Amino acid sequence: MYVAVKGGEAAIANAHSLLADRRRGDRSVPALRLDQIVEQLALGVDRVMSEGSLYDRELAALAIVQARGDLIEAIFLVRAYRTTLPRFGYSKAIDTAAMLVERRVSATYKDLPGGQLLGPTFDYTHRLLDPELAAGGDVAEPLQRETDAQAMPRVSAILAREGLIEPDGEMPRDNVPGDITREPLEFPMARDIRLQALSRGDEGFLLALGYSTQRGYARNHPFVGEIRIGEVELELDVPELPFAVPLGTVRVTECQMVNQFKGSAKAPPQFTRGYGLVFGQSERKAMAMALCDRALRASELGEDVVAAAQDEEFVISHSDNVQATGFVEHLKLPHYVDFQAELDLVRRMRAEYDARENPVKAEDKREAAE
Amino acid sequence: MRGQEARDQAERKAAMATLAQSSGDDIVRLWNATGLPSDAELLRGPETGLVTVRGRIGGGGSPFNVGETTVTRATVRLRSGQVGHCYALGRDKQKARLAAIADALWQDPARRAEVETGLIAPLRSALATAHERRRAETAATKVDFFTMVRGED
Repeated sequence: MYVAVKGGEAAIANAHSLLADRRRGDRSVPALRLDQIVEQLALGVDRVMSEGSLYDRELAALAIVQARGDLIEAIFLVRAYRTTLPRFGYSKAIDTAAMLVERRVSATYKDLPGGQLLGPTFDYTHRLLDPELAAGGDVAEPLQRETDAQAMPRVSAILAREGLIEPDGEMPRDNVPGDITREPLEFPMARDIRLQALSRGDEGFLLALGYSTQRGYARNHPFVGEIRIGEVELELDVPELPFAVPLGTVRVTECQMVNQFKGSAKAPPQFTRGYGLVFGQSERKAMAMALCDRALRASELGEDVVAAAQDEEFVISHSDNVQATGFVEHLKLPHYVDFQAELDLVRRMRAEYDARENPVKAEDKREAAE
Repeated sequence: MRGQEARDQAERKAAMATLAQSSGDDIVRLWNATGLPSDAELLRGPETGLVTVRGRIGGGGSPFNVGETTVTRATVRLRSGQVGHCYALGRDKQKARLAAIADALWQDPARRAEVETGLIAPLRSALATAHERRRAETAATKVDFFTMVRGED
């Protein structure tokens, strides 16, 4: 019999002060400043902003330090912080065609208006550890090149001229975009809501699912039509002003995945599309999101749903790493009462089993006990 | 809307955009240099809240919600009656208050030129320089394709 007890208050307090000590580490090593994290661990900061679903570099940097570099813990901290703030509204939709582009590549067209701009990429590096970086040497200023401001239309607009690609996704007229921070998830779910869930989804989970589609589970022949990274302006309609108020700029990564599609009863042969849009410079995540978006459109396009990546309820219900870690990690919290009940149950079942399988021995045992 | 009113609105919006994109430090530094008055009645805030960022499916399709961003806003009234607003990304309350005062001063015909030349113009030029540098650095990473000579003739 287990009775309710309480305890551990001192242990918890001491554990937290030990955590604070270990977080700080060796005091002879200078403490990290938030601006160092923002500037030098920028992609980690971007991941926390994207999956924490809150664009604020300093808060993300604070969360990373507080979590000792555990990004999922940092994402959890950011999500919790969000809930303390009032909501001012929904921005006007950003225009990625008007982006101040820092990187833009297409795997489908060599010569496209605006060109291929590699930007600050890991691509084509040799993935060799750099001892000079460890020594902390000076870094040269980047090169500059004269440029005439050339428009950079989205690649989807170029393909659209031939009519061989489906248009940008349209929801029914008068559709108000769903918001998973306001309403519980319901299945089946509209594409706008799915995209919101994917944009904050766990990079590792979406990467694995995207990878699975390439390996043949829901194969859909993807090409990167375009990836672009850069800053876009944000505007908000407010009642006190006769125009949309400009808020500043945010950096986003957009991925247009183009997929071969042989046609179905519902649609002619054409290229179909998957779309990825995430906060910060988060290319892998945007690509994985686009692969998953396309795979999850299986029913809409009349494809057979045969693989995990096409199963909307499976993907969306498990893509949020804060929910996932909450449920997995709760298992380590005290379950003493639950376990006592289970122990009692298993003992009884075992006794019944023994009595059934080996009645004599069970009888002996009872007699011995008596 | 009459032409003049539309032009005024466009200019006011452009000034607000410049203030929103500039750092709080730059605004404070220039403010101190111009000697613009920084006293005003706070009607609201400065307060920090969330704005949900919207994107479009496929880049140009129907809107969807991407995630949230912190925004700080302030509303002020000058003794001369003008009411100014600021909404800016981030959590810089001093910046929001000063930008709201700047917006109010901008609406005062007697002050507009001073705000434009002392504050907005230098901020705008610093932003333009930064953008131009970013563009030029990106342009240096542009791929120039050339055709390999096959040597057949």
